[in-house]
Amino acid sequence: MSMPSATPVLAVRHAEKRFGAVHALKGVNLEAHRGEVLALLGDNGAGKSTLVKCISGVHALDQGEIRLDGEAVVIHTPAAARRAGIETVYQDLALFDNLTPAQNFYCGRELAFPKWLPQGLRLLNGRAMDREAAAVLDRLKVRLPKFDAPVALMSGGQRQAIAVARATVFARKVVILDEPTAALGVRESRKVLDLIAQLRAEGNAVILITHNMEHVIELADRAVVLRQGRKVGELKPARANQQELVSMIVGAEA
Amino acid sequence: MVREGTGVSATAAGRATLVSWALRLLGIGPLLILILLAAVVSLLTPDFLKPGNLGNIVAQTAVIAIVAIGQHLVILTKGIDLSVGANLALATVIGGLVFRQIDSAPLVMLAMVLAGAAVGTVNGIAYVYGRLPHPFIITLATLSICRGLALEFAVGHTTMRGMPEAIAAIGGSSTFGLPNSLFVVLGVAAVAVAMAKAMVWGRWIYAVGGQPEAALKMGIPVKGVLISTYVISGLCAGIGAVVLAGRTEASSPLYGNLLELDTIAAVIIGGASFLGGRGHIGHALVGAVMIGVIRNALNLLGVDVFFQMIAIGLIIVLAVEADVLRNRLEARARVMQAAGAQ
Repeated sequence: MSMPSATPVLAVRHAEKRFGAVHALKGVNLEAHRGEVLALLGDNGAGKSTLVKCISGVHALDQGEIRLDGEAVVIHTPAAARRAGIETVYQDLALFDNLTPAQNFYCGRELAFPKWLPQGLRLLNGRAMDREAAAVLDRLKVRLPKFDAPVALMSGGQRQAIAVARATVFARKVVILDEPTAALGVRESRKVLDLIAQLRAEGNAVILITHNMEHVIELADRAVVLRQGRKVGELKPARANQQELVSMIVGAEA
Repeated sequence: MVREGTGVSATAAGRATLVSWALRLLGIGPLLILILLAAVVSLLTPDFLKPGNLGNIVAQTAVIAIVAIGQHLVILTKGIDLSVGANLALATVIGGLVFRQIDSAPLVMLAMVLAGAAVGTVNGIAYVYGRLPHPFIITLATLSICRGLALEFAVGHTTMRGMPEAIAAIGGSSTFGLPNSLFVVLGVAAVAVAMAKAMVWGRWIYAVGGQPEAALKMGIPVKGVLISTYVISGLCAGIGAVVLAGRTEASSPLYGNLLELDTIAAVIIGGASFLGGRGHIGHALVGAVMIGVIRNALNLLGVDVFFQMIAIGLIIVLAVEADVLRNRLEARARVMQAAGAQ
C-alpha cells in the first residue's frame, strides 16, 4: 500500500442530485487519493451508482463540485470525463461485441493520421493499435483465445478483463469500477482483482463498487458507506470490523 | 485456454471447432450459394453464360448494387432507408428538368447526385434531431414525399425523354468489352470500402451499430455518424439515378419502384446482419448480384414474374434465419469459452 498523497486526486464536495421526487444524493463528500483503492459501499438505492455516474459524466450534479488535483472541473459528458483522466468500467462493460479487443481498446480515441484532419476523417493506424493493445494485455497477463476475434466470442471473465485493461491503458487519475466481479466465477474474479491491484500500483485512485465484503477486506484501503443518499461512515476495512461495516450499510446498530 | 488430453475437454474442443467452422461457413455462405446458383443455372440454360446475357445482368444489377452500398451503411447502424427508390426517381426528374434547360452532362449529373444527397440529409437530420425511435417512419414519409414531388415536377407527370450523351454512355455503353455501369459500381464500392474499413469514421459506424450506448460513453459523435450514413445512402441513390437515367436515356417519376426492397434484400441476402454492426460492402454486392442472377435465370427459364417475387421473398427468409443462427452459434461459442476458462 503506497501512502496517500496530500491533495486528493479526486474530491467531490457537497454533491446534490435529484431525479424528480427522488433525492439521490444529499450533500455527499468524497475524496480519493492516488495509489489507493476506495470501496464505495451501500445497499441498493443508497446512491453509489448515482455518485459514480456524476463523476464519470453520465449525469451532471445539481449542486456541489468535483475537483481534480485540487482544481474544480466541469464534466458534462463521458468523453469529457475521459479527457480529464477519469476512466470508468461500467457494469454493462460498454464493449462493442462486433469489434476485436484492440478495436475496443481504442474506440472513440483511435490512433490515426494525418493529424491535420478532423479525427473522423483520419486513416486508422490499425497495426499500431493492435501492437499497443497486445502489449497491454501481455503486461496485465490477460490471456485471450484469439486476439483478432470479436469480443462477442469471449467469456464473461475475458470481456471483463478487456474492459478493465482498456481502462488501464488510458487511466491517468481515477478509475471507477462498478461491480466488476458481479457476474464472474471465482477464478475469473481473482483475475479482475489482480488487475485492480495493478491499477493501484500504477498510481491511480481506484473507486470500487462491490457487494462482496471479502473483496473489500482484501483489496480496499478505505471504505466509504452511503445510505439513502448520505455518507454515513468511513473506515479502513479489516476482518475485525467487517460486522461494523455491514451494520453501517444496512443501517442497523452494531 | 485449457488444452488437456482428457476425454471431456477433447469433446468440448471438438464441439468448439465445429461451431467456429459453422460460423466461418455462414460468413462465406452467400458467396458459395451465388457460385452454386450460377453453376446450376448455366447447366439448365446455356444462354446464361453468353457475354450478352452477363452484360444484361450487370446492367440490370448495377443500380441495385450502387444503392445497396448506401443502404448497407445505414443497416450497419441498425437503421433502414425506405426512401431510396423514390429518392432516385426524384433525382432523375430533377436531372431531366436541368437537361431541358441546358445540355450539360456535368450539370445534370451534379443535379441528380446533389438531389439524392439532399433527401438523405433530410432523412438523417429528421431522424436524429426529431428524436424518432426508428428511421422507418421518417424514410417512409420521405418515400411518399419524393414520389409525390417527382410526379409533380415531371413534365406531363410522366417519363421525360432525353439525357446528355455522356450520361447515356455511362448507363449504356461499354469500355474494354465491359459495361460502363460496372465501373461505376466498382468505383462506388472501392470508395465505400476505403471509408468503412480504413477511416476512423467507418470504425465509428460499426461501433454505433454494434452498441449505441457504449458509443456514447466512449465519446463517439453518434448523431453525426448516423446522419452521415443517411446522406451517403441518398448520395448513392443519386448516383444510381445517373446510371438508370443514362441507360434508359430518360427520367421518370416512376423509376425505382420497390428499389428499397431490392436493396434491403441485397444487403440481407448478402450476409450483413439486420441487427446492425456486422457486414461489409461485399455482402451488398453479392446480394445484389444474386438478385440479378435469380431474376435473369427465371426469365431465361420462362418462369412467371410472380414466381420471381416469391423466390426472392423465400431467399430473404433464409438469409434472416441464417443471421439468427449465427447469433445463436456465437452465444454457444461464448458459453464454451467460459467453460474453457474455468
